[in-house]
Amino acid sequence: MAYDKFSIINTSAVPLPYENVDTDQIIPARFLKAVERKGFGDNLFRDWRYENDGSPKADFPLNNPKYSGKILVGGKNFGSGSSREHAAWAIYDYGFRVVVSSFFADIFKGNALNNGLLPVVVSPEFLEKIFDQIEKDADSTFEVDLPNQVFTITATGESTDFEINPYKKHCLQNGLDDIDYLVEMKEQIAEFEQA
Amino acid sequence: MTAKTLFDKIWDAHVVKEVEGGPNVLYIDRHFIHEVTSPVAFLGLKTRGLKVYRPDQTTATPDHNVPTINQHLSIKDELSRNQVDMLKKNCDENGIVYHGLGTEGHGVVHIIGPEMGLTQPGMTIVCGDSHTSTHGAFGAIAFGIGTSEVEMVLASQCIMQPKPKKMRITVNGTLDKGVTAKDIALYIISKISTSGGTGHFIEYAGSAITSLSMEGRMTLCNLSIESGARGGMIAPDETTFNYVKGRQFAPKGEDWDKAMEKWAELKSDEDAVFDTDYTFDAADIEPMITYGTNPGMGIGVSQTIPTSEGLSGTDKTTYQKSLQYMGYNEGDAMKGKPVDFVFLGSCTNGRIEDFREFAAFVKGKKKADNVTAWLVPGSKAVQNQIEAEGLVPILEEAGFQLRQPGCSACLAMNDDKIPTGKYSVSTSNRNFEGRQGPGARTLLASPLTAAAAAVTGVIADPREMM
Repeated sequence: MAYDKFSIINTSAVPLPYENVDTDQIIPARFLKAVERKGFGDNLFRDWRYENDGSPKADFPLNNPKYSGKILVGGKNFGSGSSREHAAWAIYDYGFRVVVSSFFADIFKGNALNNGLLPVVVSPEFLEKIFDQIEKDADSTFEVDLPNQVFTITATGESTDFEINPYKKHCLQNGLDDIDYLVEMKEQIAEFEQA
Repeated sequence: MTAKTLFDKIWDAHVVKEVEGGPNVLYIDRHFIHEVTSPVAFLGLKTRGLKVYRPDQTTATPDHNVPTINQHLSIKDELSRNQVDMLKKNCDENGIVYHGLGTEGHGVVHIIGPEMGLTQPGMTIVCGDSHTSTHGAFGAIAFGIGTSEVEMVLASQCIMQPKPKKMRITVNGTLDKGVTAKDIALYIISKISTSGGTGHFIEYAGSAITSLSMEGRMTLCNLSIESGARGGMIAPDETTFNYVKGRQFAPKGEDWDKAMEKWAELKSDEDAVFDTDYTFDAADIEPMITYGTNPGMGIGVSQTIPTSEGLSGTDKTTYQKSLQYMGYNEGDAMKGKPVDFVFLGSCTNGRIEDFREFAAFVKGKKKADNVTAWLVPGSKAVQNQIEAEGLVPILEEAGFQLRQPGCSACLAMNDDKIPTGKYSVSTSNRNFEGRQGPGARTLLASPLTAAAAAVTGVIADPREMM
């Protein structure tokens, strides 16, 4: 999938201080009926964001005008449940480029990385600091430096390293995906099949 | 030679290449596809000018989106119909076998694979669905993938994956009557939480596991993903071989003998090391039911909802939000709480054994008037078997009707939606907010506990009625 190359991002963030945010919440099953990958951002967090009649729920962070930015900050075990890649598409399509949590579910993490959405794992203590900073000042900015793998709270200067697989980092920085890589390997795969 | 786990043996035999500083390129033996997570992958292939590399190792069926009544008619919902039509078109264009609605091979993808003998010990199996873990019951490495990965497998029959850690969960002892594989799974998840298995692949072992039928093993492995694990597996044994033998795509004649020689090696070496080890006692497990909005929030049906005492911060607010959604209070007893809907089916509990247990339980009893029950076989073959075994008159006598195969109310993509605020005792796999319809309240349980709820109209302990 084509996505924007990732380097350094400096933006404010939207807090979602709940744990176990599952992919059914990120995008409910009834919005998975498309046969193309577009427009999923409209239904991101649909049932948390809107009433059954379609009116916005004022207390949901995405509907609160004081929050904005390209970073989504979630509680631990973010992205659990269904393997639907539509969850990563919806978050990206809405305009986020980074999701921060203290813990991600495996499939979601893989899907995010395959779509130019960077999952950043920080310690539970650092996650609390991020939530606290946003609560103190919703306009606070954060720097996500992929080349150096550092996440910084601009206002306090506090920073933390984050991990990423070197291969995936290379892909994100260059906007590449695994399919190009695998198609190049055709001969080796055919040899493996013969063995 | 270093001692290897069952997982290591299968994984290592499928590594085409180890990418430096990256994941493994893993060869996939069997790829199942369905209508919801495949169209964008096929579109991607087309854009790149690629064809499906190994159509003969790919099997397709529409299950997530399909109606469970009047399947002979055109699908009413336009978007659903379009997705199902698109799957057939993509399969036709690429030479993939497609098991359409109403045909003998149709059903939930994780039910038909094992039924046809496509799922075999020692294989690597993927599908764009997290409950692909089901197939691990045969001693296979089976896991759910995203759509980008579906495209990878269609293009190259390979996937790029970091090798996970290994966990062993041993359950020793004998299960009490009325306690099933579903209860073992919900018990384990309630102990290790919905993230306890993350980063791991589970091997289930112990006498309570090896004494399970293949159906029970599939239910247990199916729910591995609900602990966060990518998959779960059970070493193949006589139970496994007896199930596979003679099925349509199982090896025959000499090939069977050769396969049996290979499959005999499929067990963890005695001194193999697991990254994480848990042991549980089967005697501690009672029929389970969930009270919250993730599968880890489960308790024995005779117990009371835990309090939030000792929790703080987002732990506490998340817990309270969950109970508020369910309309329950801390300390409430589960027994006696009213029930509006009962759902028997899904890739978790939509197999013949589940319908036998449900039918045996409700035989001679009557469905409670306040309960709407949806009984949805996992496949056409399961439906045929239910009919052949004479279970239909027993169910009808007790006030239950059978629907047609599909994923149905497990994720409510079709019309089988639980209305807002209603309580559903469901044999499916997820009790997330809105999973069975916007505002629906799901309580996960075994087919027996679901049957007890269906005939009493409230949450009840099946052991007291058997």
